[in-house]
Amino acid sequence: MKRPQPPLPRALQRRPAPPGDGAGPNGDQAAPTLKDQAVEVPVSVVGWLDERTGASPFLRGFLYRKVPKGTNWFYTLGSASMFAFLSQAVTGVFLAMYYEPDASRAYESAQRITNEIFLGELVRGMHRWGSTVMIVLVFLHMGRTFFFGAYKYPRELNWIIGVILLVLTLAMGFTGYLLPFDQRSFWATVVGVNINASGPVVGPYLADFLRGGPEFGAYTLSRFYALHMLLIPVLIAALIGAHLYLVAKLGTTAPPWLKAEKSKALAKEQV
Amino acid sequence: MAEPRKSPRQRKSRYTADRGIAGAYDGETVTRRRLFEGGAQGVGGIAVAAFALPSLGFALGPLFEDQLPERYQDIGPEKDFNDETYVPKVISIVPNTGEAGKTTIYVRRTDPARDERNADQPYVAISTRCAHLGCPVRYVTASQRFICPCHGGVYGFQGEVTGGPPVRPLDRFYTKVERGRVLVGARFSLNSKLERFPHPRDPSSHLDGLWQYLYPGRPST
Repeated sequence: MKRPQPPLPRALQRRPAPPGDGAGPNGDQAAPTLKDQAVEVPVSVVGWLDERTGASPFLRGFLYRKVPKGTNWFYTLGSASMFAFLSQAVTGVFLAMYYEPDASRAYESAQRITNEIFLGELVRGMHRWGSTVMIVLVFLHMGRTFFFGAYKYPRELNWIIGVILLVLTLAMGFTGYLLPFDQRSFWATVVGVNINASGPVVGPYLADFLRGGPEFGAYTLSRFYALHMLLIPVLIAALIGAHLYLVAKLGTTAPPWLKAEKSKALAKEQV
Repeated sequence: MAEPRKSPRQRKSRYTADRGIAGAYDGETVTRRRLFEGGAQGVGGIAVAAFALPSLGFALGPLFEDQLPERYQDIGPEKDFNDETYVPKVISIVPNTGEAGKTTIYVRRTDPARDERNADQPYVAISTRCAHLGCPVRYVTASQRFICPCHGGVYGFQGEVTGGPPVRPLDRFYTKVERGRVLVGARFSLNSKLERFPHPRDPSSHLDGLWQYLYPGRPST
């Protein structure tokens, strides 16, 4: 049985040998050139992996899935949000290498990232502005879904997952805002936690959970740090996986201005 | 298909042999497959609970434990204070947190003519934590008002709300005098009649009428 060839760019595809050239007197192939061998390396690596994981039917189905007619730039907002998340994740991991979540050292370490560490200003700036970009993109993505009616059957569950992702994204913004630990972030977080406390019955307990006690103290910063860099990102990554699975499973919707074409056979029947 | 529908009241036999399950033993009520299924899930559940419950308790512990032990701190000799106006003092409210754990309080001597309630406290020590959302208020001597910079909360000389969004008067601290020094202790909250409540509340917790039951005092405060 012939294995299906993986979809390769033209430059990497094996060219058939020109007729009558290079074939020996007995009809066997000439020894492969160095270039042919070099081209073969990535193909065989991919083939080795594919033989063992069986990933290529899944990947082909996922990456080359059919999209409806009329798909346009608005449909890129979801992947844009995901790339914003990936950018936040990568810059965040590297910021964590220099940041110290300690009430007496957090501010200095954030200052050191900006002022002393090579490219620190850039990476911190990417994380700081990327957070805003991510929230804007998530809202645009939500608006696209709403106005295109893409939340309707059978995609309600994906809307629900999306709303949870929106809340988690806002929670990321809230917990991350404290970490520079300057006057602005400190008092903004005090006010934010007390807004949580203003909810009846559960509010005060929620505020206690966020602060790690009745007062804004030593553990508040490390708590926010742990939530910001472990708990919420893991939840977001897992839910993005579920969100994408459902997108691939259910497909995307056509834009609402596109009417379904009647099949010619059906039109004839109606006449 | 042809079998007549059983009445819903007629229950299936307890015995797997009577239910026609392949490989059933006589007198057996649960198949081995079923037992092991339940067993494996139960063991998995116990394993998850063994790490999840302590971790959850660890994260939620602060809600239920008394975190701030009662302690009094010295804020100066009695001659520093008077009953006419407030004197600002800095106290440390959460130990070991550096500057972030410190807060300003405003202190004056209790004036029996003015302070009918809470007259048992030798000094009036007003917290600068706004009762709206916790911003730091400052005392403006000329107008005898506490003013919050964030959302425009205004309080009178007793810390009572005279304007803006706050829901109750400014909190106070317990005070006492020892060997001529003024000591400041734990925080307490008041309602609009300046009645004292046993547990201090968060900013934004109403304490009047039925509202007080929607914002319960907690063991942690």
